[in-house]
Amino acid sequence: MLKVHRDICGYCGCCVSVCPEGALELIDAYLSVENNCTSCGICAKVCPLGALEVVNEK
Amino acid sequence: MKNKYDVLIIGGGPAGALAGKTAAEKGLSACIVEKRPAIGAPVRCAEGIGREALLEFIEADPRWISAEMHGAGIVAPDGFFMKLESDMAGSKVGYVLDRKFFDRELVWKAAEAGADVAVKSRAAAPIMENGVLKGAKIEYCGKVTDVRADVVIAADGVESKFSKWCGIDTTVPVREIMSSVQYVMADVDIDEHATIFYLGNDVAPEGYLWIFPKGHRTANVGIGISGKKSGEGHRAKDYLDKFVKKTFPNGKTIEYIPGGVSVCRPLACTVADNLLIAGDAARVVDPLTGGGIYNAMYTGKLAAEVAADCICKGDTSKKALMTYDVTWRSSKMGKAIERNYHIKEYLIKQPDEKLNEIIHSVSKMNLKEFSTISLIKEIIRVNPKLVLELGALAASLR
Repeated sequence: MLKVHRDICGYCGCCVSVCPEGALELIDAYLSVENNCTSCGICAKVCPLGALEVVNEK
Repeated sequence: MKNKYDVLIIGGGPAGALAGKTAAEKGLSACIVEKRPAIGAPVRCAEGIGREALLEFIEADPRWISAEMHGAGIVAPDGFFMKLESDMAGSKVGYVLDRKFFDRELVWKAAEAGADVAVKSRAAAPIMENGVLKGAKIEYCGKVTDVRADVVIAADGVESKFSKWCGIDTTVPVREIMSSVQYVMADVDIDEHATIFYLGNDVAPEGYLWIFPKGHRTANVGIGISGKKSGEGHRAKDYLDKFVKKTFPNGKTIEYIPGGVSVCRPLACTVADNLLIAGDAARVVDPLTGGGIYNAMYTGKLAAEVAADCICKGDTSKKALMTYDVTWRSSKMGKAIERNYHIKEYLIKQPDEKLNEIIHSVSKMNLKEFSTISLIKEIIRVNPKLVLELGALAASLR
């Protein structure tokens, strides 16, 4: 699943623009992740700050 | 905010503001909804704009101009510095704006013209009836209200969702998002009237690093790198921190600005039934420079003009609204985007040695005109073999 490190996120929306599923949305200063996220990791790659991480579910 | 408008505009940036102002001036009822609690903040921009481009829309006002530009400089990967100055020494070629105040001014002008404005108001979903767009559900302080409109103008920026909800693919390819970070830095030694661009794979892979002056010893110091080149340990922030540590060790960062800039081709189609898409949301950023303020204002204004015309004629179907798409594509802006897309695609494929070669040869020339196109023409003139490599591009420059 996709983990948002909220202490690092600068809520710029760069990730939202590349999400092929439309699973991310920037609600003012809060990045929301919808259930249709496939954990593809594209957003984590492009984040200028490194605020997103795909973590394995236990 | 009322429950029904002729035109509902999603986003209070330069595209939305010009759309709102234009719609109101045309006698339409219009409302701009901005999800942020303030117009203009937080800034997601390097704030540079050409003089002519700005003056096409608004007279320069010191209240929102941080600095006047008289020239530019390019630093090649090998460190060679090329200065570009306008013909007339000291004449203005561009400005670095203060977007917080600039955006406010644009929205204020829309309000003055008669448009409604709502902040902290987010378009949470489109209103669809029988598959046709009829407005948007607007969330304000936890309460959702239906706002109906004959035409919706989606000017919701790089993180645009509205058109996607209406079934339009707006996804930016990974290689064509500029993953960006900028620091507003104080107490730095800079040329206070020139924008400086640094190129090279070690500095900013498939992008560039910039220093845009913001006034006395203050500047926007930022970087954009291709999403393709971004990853753990080598993100935009890593590259910028490395540069800042070396170049401005005593500078103080007074603002921290991440962002994403699309450098892809514009959306394949920027209209649908009762919908127009403008500015960054339409992906009309200049793919070579990453500049988007002028393009946003131009498309925002044009979108409202076409909306007014179609509403007046009683037909706001995709077919009727297509005038907008066709007009901007054939405009000077549309042609510049297409041309600069090719130039960008060519330049990002060049190794540092080739970029050095190009910049060294151009520096020996006297540019008669200060513009991207004259620069590119000179590059081709001094590197005739580029004509072959650039193929179709060269033809478009004649």
